[in-house]
Amino acid sequence: MKVSMTVNGAAVDAEVPDRTLLVHFLRDVAGLTATNVGCDTTSCGACTVLLDGQSVKSCTVLAAQADGHQVTTVEGLANGDGEMHPVQRAFHAEHGLQCGFCTPGMVMATVSLLAENPRPTEEEVRTGLEGNLCRCTGYHNIVRAVLAAAEGGDI
Amino acid sequence: MIPAPFTYQRAGSVDEALSLAAEGGDDAKFLAGGHSLLPLMKLRLAVPEVLIDIGRLSELSYVREENGHIAVGALTTHHDVANSGLLGSELPLLAHAAGQVGDPQIRHRGTLGGSLVHSDPAGDLPAVILVLDATLVARGPSGSREIPAGEFFEGLFETVLEPGELLTEIRIPRPAQAGWSFQKFTKRAIDWAIVGAAVQGDQVALVHMGSTPLRASAVEQALAGGAAPADAAAHAAEGTSPPEDINADREYREHLARVLVARGLTEARSRA
Repeated sequence: MKVSMTVNGAAVDAEVPDRTLLVHFLRDVAGLTATNVGCDTTSCGACTVLLDGQSVKSCTVLAAQADGHQVTTVEGLANGDGEMHPVQRAFHAEHGLQCGFCTPGMVMATVSLLAENPRPTEEEVRTGLEGNLCRCTGYHNIVRAVLAAAEGGDI
Repeated sequence: MIPAPFTYQRAGSVDEALSLAAEGGDDAKFLAGGHSLLPLMKLRLAVPEVLIDIGRLSELSYVREENGHIAVGALTTHHDVANSGLLGSELPLLAHAAGQVGDPQIRHRGTLGGSLVHSDPAGDLPAVILVLDATLVARGPSGSREIPAGEFFEGLFETVLEPGELLTEIRIPRPAQAGWSFQKFTKRAIDWAIVGAAVQGDQVALVHMGSTPLRASAVEQALAGGAAPADAAAHAAEGTSPPEDINADREYREHLARVLVARGLTEARSRA
């Protein structure tokens, strides 16, 4: 079927098999490979992107379900001048990553979390990110990064 | 991992969804948020030939007050149920439990109706609507019918819905007794409940203690007879037939049921 969506502000159209998953559409059709496939079972959150501003796991959404909608991947967060998004800056400053595999999903889940709850408590950050697993178990710095991003107030 | 091939169709209205389902027959399935169905399809536990996407039927996403009950559209997401002001004040058990389903990403996509028709005995919300004495409204080729929650679930992944019937609304009466609790025991935050308990007043339902959600009738009878919560909770496993799996054997689930019902009754009374 023909699928047309807006990815990071740009129109992407393609004829794809009906069973195409959103994550594969983003990686293989749109060429945006920052979004990782981790567990492939809706558990790990590595494939988290924003669908109309809300975090979703793109391994469990059909490209067809996103047809006509707005998708944001981590590649779409920096502004036109290449300046990183405040959440990206906070992950950098607080070293909120180890191997980096979960990072795109963690960052996108954080953007969605802070959009719904701009000043979360530490516990709210931990429950708000419970859909994202870090295989390095680097959670402390990730939580610190989210709190720092919220503290910055410029989300 | 991707699903087996299927034909994707998109419904623009409930009527269109019903006519597509009638054309598709047994080979067709409705797709709402897809967070129960797509994982099953990846594992080839479900292999529909036709998927009818009803996810855009905004007419089925609402929470509103109607003659003496609260009506929730079947396509209302867990996120929207959890954040509904009306549900938060009138049916806090449902709002709270919806906020415990899966994780935030899953709650953005998964729907109340989807989790009910999926009929997973480990699902949280089937037990909640059972304890709340909800009525489910389904539309099919021959019209609309109302099904009491207690008659809706038939077994693992099975409900009384006929092929081509679509769950459209969940009607929930205002609880006769205030005080509620939702208890869920998991190993990891996002896991299915090993055992769960939903309590509203002196009504109790159990998650994952049989092939369907169950009312803890022996507990309810004990409470009606004047038993204290701790004594009533001792009956929580009576009449249940819990599954055995990698997480728990029968005895452990029975133990969890007693513990969680005791905690639930205590918390519910503290909120009454």
